[in-house]
Amino acid sequence: MHPLIAEIEKAQTKAGVPTFDAGDTVKVHYKVVEGGKERIQVFEGVVIATKQGNEARNSFTVRKHTNGVGVERVFLSNSPRIDKIDVTRRGDVRRAKLYYLRGLVGKAARIKEKRSFAHAAAK
Amino acid sequence: MPSAILGRKLGMTQVFEDDGRVTPVTVIEAGPCVVTQVKTQEKDGYSAIQVGFETVKEQRLNEPQKGHFRAHNVEPSRVLREIAIGAGENLAEGDQFAADIFASGDKVSVTGISKGKGFAGVVKRYHFHGGDMTHGSMIHRKPQSSGATDAARTFKGNKKPGHMGSEQVTQQNLKVVRVDVSKNLLLVKGAIPGANGGLVLVKKFIR
Repeated sequence: MHPLIAEIEKAQTKAGVPTFDAGDTVKVHYKVVEGGKERIQVFEGVVIATKQGNEARNSFTVRKHTNGVGVERVFLSNSPRIDKIDVTRRGDVRRAKLYYLRGLVGKAARIKEKRSFAHAAAK
Repeated sequence: MPSAILGRKLGMTQVFEDDGRVTPVTVIEAGPCVVTQVKTQEKDGYSAIQVGFETVKEQRLNEPQKGHFRAHNVEPSRVLREIAIGAGENLAEGDQFAADIFASGDKVSVTGISKGKGFAGVVKRYHFHGGDMTHGSMIHRKPQSSGATDAARTFKGNKKPGHMGSEQVTQQNLKVVRVDVSKNLLLVKGAIPGANGGLVLVKKFIR
């Protein structure tokens, strides 16, 4: 990549974005405009994929169930519309992309919690 | 002020709008350019300016090139191109201009040399559908008929395999998303012709 483009991308990379991976449960505080007013909407769910082509253009997909319907949303990690991201639970999974969760509901769609000292220390 | 500028395509990235939407942009390092010669209606039969881009060491030039720059008393440039100017524009030899001739929101057209594809078949070159890959078709990417048998010849302009790319392409009506005056960068929405590092002409878009 050209250094001048890297500079442009660095300027829009946000500081303080937590590190998380597929399997983790996150709360995304997203700014939405409703009737000319801005408020914060929380979208909580399991991260089923992170795309890390490059730091500035990262995105991640969050999946949750609402009223029996699966809902997925793709967020851009550095979006100015994201107020903050809370990682509420670390999941222990063996895949980088958890697309198999789309076919599962209820008990079958559970994810083990990660229990490791190294991870707790990293937090 | 001139209505066009020379630049180099640096590559593509994306920028965030205030409302969180993402715009794909091409970054162009545009200018600084210097006016190396002014062509006038009286002297040359048309009015235009010759513009130089990217400074070059004098030892890299041949004698006729050196003579040209010396005659017009300007610093040597690697690239020289002509830009048409309107009647009201007053530019003198040695004048400099840069990316700030454009502002964000302007519409521009970008001309460059497209990436070379080599000797390409009709499927790639003209988007022919091609034949079946299976069912024993034996006709996969062939051009097939080149015209009626009655004419006893093929007509000019018949689509055939051949060299593709490496030709001048102009992408019109592109929006300038951002102008970085200090670094001479133009951020233009969408893709532009050519490879990264290629020479491009950014021109004010007039329908």
